[in-house]
Amino acid sequence: MSLLLDGIISGILTGGVYALMASGLTLVFGVLEIINVAQGSLIVAGAFLSYALLTYLHINIFLGLILTMPFMFLVGYVVDRVFVRRLRVDRVMMSIMVTYGVALVIDGILTMIFSTSYVHLQTAALNQSFPLAGMRVPMIYVYVFLMSVVFLLALYALLYRTTFGQALRATAQNRNAARLIGIDVDQMSSITFGICAALAAAGGMGYGAISSFHPNSQFDLISRVLVIIVLGGMGNIGGALVASLLMLVIEDVVSTVWLPNWSTLIFFIVLAMTLALRPQGLFGSKEARQQ
Amino acid sequence: MTRRQAYNAAALGAALLLAALFPVLVPNGAFETVAIFTLIYIAMASAWNILGGYTGYVSLGHAAFFGVGAYAFTILCKAWNVPAGWVTFLMLLAAGAVAGILAIPFGWIALRARRHTFVVITIAYLFIFQLLAYNLTNLTNGSAGIGAPIPPWMGSSFNIPFFYVALALAVAVIVLSALIRRSRFGLSLLAIRDDEDRALGLGIPTGRLKLTAFVIAAIFIAMAGALYAYYVTFIYPQYAMNPLDDLSMALMAFLGGVGTVAGPVIGALIVEPSQQYFTIAFQSGLNLITYGGLFLVVILFIPRGLWPTIRDALKARAERVRAQSAVEPPAEATRLSAKGGSS
Repeated sequence: MSLLLDGIISGILTGGVYALMASGLTLVFGVLEIINVAQGSLIVAGAFLSYALLTYLHINIFLGLILTMPFMFLVGYVVDRVFVRRLRVDRVMMSIMVTYGVALVIDGILTMIFSTSYVHLQTAALNQSFPLAGMRVPMIYVYVFLMSVVFLLALYALLYRTTFGQALRATAQNRNAARLIGIDVDQMSSITFGICAALAAAGGMGYGAISSFHPNSQFDLISRVLVIIVLGGMGNIGGALVASLLMLVIEDVVSTVWLPNWSTLIFFIVLAMTLALRPQGLFGSKEARQQ
Repeated sequence: MTRRQAYNAAALGAALLLAALFPVLVPNGAFETVAIFTLIYIAMASAWNILGGYTGYVSLGHAAFFGVGAYAFTILCKAWNVPAGWVTFLMLLAAGAVAGILAIPFGWIALRARRHTFVVITIAYLFIFQLLAYNLTNLTNGSAGIGAPIPPWMGSSFNIPFFYVALALAVAVIVLSALIRRSRFGLSLLAIRDDEDRALGLGIPTGRLKLTAFVIAAIFIAMAGALYAYYVTFIYPQYAMNPLDDLSMALMAFLGGVGTVAGPVIGALIVEPSQQYFTIAFQSGLNLITYGGLFLVVILFIPRGLWPTIRDALKARAERVRAQSAVEPPAEATRLSAKGGSS
């Protein structure tokens, strides 16, 4: 019983970080109607930026976000401006190809600078823990979870409490109609991509604080995050939050109660079974028939 | 047979002869190895194209079947005590059969979704199979890897059997791809790509045909995987089920011209040797940057792929020439140009 509780608690705490990474990706899908396969490499890049600041300049990883998030925002903005905006026909398929190219380039740059060995964001909070329900929870998990909650609330406020957010949601609903009423759709798309990359920076820092990573971690990350947003219904941010918590809780419960080796497999099997029953995901609306 | 067809047949025959004579013309082990991998990728990209190109269902998970083929070959050779030698190549068929049977339920689930959701499910498949390869240790020996039968050929003759089997496999897939492209089945697949709902409305059994294309691609990619396993003699989960392979197949098809017969072949002929070269010539990291950069250039500047772009340019030139010569009756020109779009 305590093992079960253990799995649920760690699943919720780590699920927050995945929610952060997934919300950016699903937002990009909603607004730009593209799949950003580079998200995994952007997350790893964010983690490595925090790692560089921590190791060489001794900047606290949470404070470092003040530098890494604007930087990653710029990276995302430029990627959209230079590569994604050019795509006019068959955007979904072509975007997968283009962002994969971007991911390879980022992967290459990270490999050249940091080599391919595993690193970990080493912090004092890593070694502190507090007792909860008969187990000890590392403080870093809690800090990272709180950070995720703060950023998700900020994202919510931005989308639902500002004029900008209204314009962004209008673009997500219908790009052509948004263009007709005077919204600069291309600008909205670039900013959204930037926000996605900035969220990846924060998510990457959280990921790097609770697990070790290296440039190739992007393949593992992108597959998990894609699974989460498909399960939640593509473009649905609330769905992505629920799906992240659900998947991570399932994975952690399987891992603590049963076998750690098989937990990730369960992750993918849940996806396959869900989609066999509901191809549009848990919270997605029915896919438009003429695509 | 028209003159045009005769020219095409002669060109194809010459290309095949040149390919068959490659080990004689270039008796160099390193080049032969690159040639074998290129032929394996030609087979894979062409098989992938039957699903991804003709139906428009871009799968980023068929590398899982490459791994299934590699493991099925290795495990079955052990279980049935197949001796190493020429006869071992027959086990490619068994590997293809295993993958074909596995592809039916997996394809059925994935094909319930469309477009981007389909892509994501296939990505998940790759990782499901990779995790299975890691975790089913009594079958696959996990991350320690598993050995295939050791080929009996030695020294400079080692590559020769693999070269010709890889050539045969590549030619078989290309011929199949061309036959499908011209058949009623192929036309139905193209109709699914253009407008699936209308195709269904016109009475095409879209579900069954999509699944057939999915399974055909899986079978031949698995046979390529089995050949790979026999050639490298030792397989690990991370190389047998490699996400990069998924993207390579898609890149080759898109570079050459997705949905055409020649496209994936041209793409593989360019991508695989250059990838091998980058790996040797540049330090790790820089090779990825070069590869990714080239990839971006291709997608952004020749989104239709090389083959359709070149073919259309040639056709436009031929038409200009024909328009200038007054002897040719105009009806002949239109008939030929309509024919030109078929391959």
